[in-house]
Amino acid sequence: MERILFGDNQFFGVNHVSDEKSRAQMMKFKEDKTILRTIDIAREEGVNTFMCTTHDRIGNICDLIRQEPEKYKGFNIYPCMPYAHKYANAVTELGIVGTLKQYVPGNFFGSLFKGGMAFVSKDYMAMMELLIDAEMKMFKGINVPVIFIQNVLTDLIMGLGMKDVLKEYHEYIIKKHNAEPAYITMNMPMLLDMLESVGIKNPIICSSINIDGFRMSGGKELYEHTLKTREVRGIAMQVLSGGATPVKQALQYVCGLPKVESILFGASSRGNIHETVSLIRQFDAEKK
Amino acid sequence: MVRVALIGAGKMGISHLAILGAHPDVKVVGVADTSKIVTDVLEKYSSFECFSDYKKMLEKTKPEAVFVAAPTKYHGTIVKELLEKGIHVFVEKPFCLNVNEGAELVQLAKLKGVVNQVGYHNKFIGTFEEAKRLMNSFALGDIQHFVGEAYGPVVVRKKQETWRSKPEEGGGCLLDYASHVIDLVNYIVAPINKVHGALLKSIYSGNVEDAVYALVETNNKLSGVLSVNWSDETYRKMSTTVTVIGDKGKLIVDATEMKIYFKEDKCPPPYTKGWNVKHINDFAEEVAFYLRGEEYSAQIDYFIKAIEGKVPNNKNTFETAWQTDSVIEKIKNNKN
Repeated sequence: MERILFGDNQFFGVNHVSDEKSRAQMMKFKEDKTILRTIDIAREEGVNTFMCTTHDRIGNICDLIRQEPEKYKGFNIYPCMPYAHKYANAVTELGIVGTLKQYVPGNFFGSLFKGGMAFVSKDYMAMMELLIDAEMKMFKGINVPVIFIQNVLTDLIMGLGMKDVLKEYHEYIIKKHNAEPAYITMNMPMLLDMLESVGIKNPIICSSINIDGFRMSGGKELYEHTLKTREVRGIAMQVLSGGATPVKQALQYVCGLPKVESILFGASSRGNIHETVSLIRQFDAEKK
Repeated sequence: MVRVALIGAGKMGISHLAILGAHPDVKVVGVADTSKIVTDVLEKYSSFECFSDYKKMLEKTKPEAVFVAAPTKYHGTIVKELLEKGIHVFVEKPFCLNVNEGAELVQLAKLKGVVNQVGYHNKFIGTFEEAKRLMNSFALGDIQHFVGEAYGPVVVRKKQETWRSKPEEGGGCLLDYASHVIDLVNYIVAPINKVHGALLKSIYSGNVEDAVYALVETNNKLSGVLSVNWSDETYRKMSTTVTVIGDKGKLIVDATEMKIYFKEDKCPPPYTKGWNVKHINDFAEEVAFYLRGEEYSAQIDYFIKAIEGKVPNNKNTFETAWQTDSVIEKIKNNKN
């Protein structure tokens, strides 16, 4: 994995500390080309990996990228699935079965073939695989070396104690998509316990890691201890914890932690992108 | 360990179940749902015991506390049965479809002395908590007016019908989105006790309203407006805002930000004259397990702690939720 990963929250109005800012961002990134231009700025700064949700508009971005294979040679996308609000809104409106009907491909419930068979035989893993494949379609022809489950789903599965689901997901991503399975969570130490319990060693886990302890469930000390003493390939997100601490101090903290292989950040302007990338490189260089 | 069971494993039920499953003081003894696909998946992949009939579950598992997240029309019957058995109850919002039924449950819960809580999770969000604290200290002086709003993209085109599109089953924007706004205004400003007029508008839904606009008054004679619309796709997800204007300043609060303006230097520290902006990360308290937002874990933790006798049972009680139900009924009765 690259040291710095460029995220997509800013493009789709995901802002954890301001609803107002999130709406302003949605206006700014109305055009797909504006999104791609910002990704290009990050590439110019040497950040060649884009980590994104499987939001419908990412499909459009992928189309644009496929049109210029030369330009985007060596460019990676790390998809995070599913785009949870799509399903959450659907469940509110249609219920759980209604949502499956709408999103599981191949007329899942009506047909006795393929998906239909999976339902009749209660093969829920086949259903999950179909949903993964459906979400992955938009990335066809693009380098996708790592695939994540979104935190809402990871944490839901974890809370329900469905370890085998994580194991099956893990194996399926390796087998079918020839990629590294990875996890986003708001409960990193707890997830590591569960993954290890089903034999998954040294997993890639992306979680909030910041100097303020914001959204680090179980506490900052537990996270620090986990990183120091256990085998995990960490990705730090929400490193600026929504702007509570000055950028320099916040990045210095994260750069100094062991087992944090990558740092994920999102920004809308050239100035912010440049500042974040340069600071991370600077702190990394000072460490050596 | 508190022995907990769940009735209704839909969207909210599953979310509660995951949080309960990860809670160190909770043992989940059973899950009841009428949907075969849901209980099937849970039986196969989780360690929870599942039942299609909640009565059988109660009989067999003898829970101390039950989470009720079945469709609203069943709340009355199920909750009554639980209270009569002396079981602590957490029920999803809105509380009841019928105010008389709700009133009876409020009394019964008191009589039985059980812990009772309703899932109005906004009261566990730091920004709203801070707004409440400031309002309690009369920071804004004499209040002139308030606005309670919620917008989001639930029904953005005509679609097939579920129980959410049936008014008799608790569907519609009034019971779903607007109940949150009413409950928050009741909490932060003062309990609403009059509805001067209301518009319930169907936009895409055939049988229920997609928007609620109402002119209301609180029991201390403050005027306010409610504006709620769940068919607004310019919002990525539900966004709830309360605005209060007083003679000393103005407050605008949502789940992520609290903005407060003071006219004078004399204002509660650390705030200063002019605009003050605070974000959720200034207030959010760490939770042991996070799913969808600190507030969902915090409200469950509060309920469990109340059962253990560690906190008073005075947040989101049946009584305050019943007050919200009463406002909902008044809006229905005063629609133009």
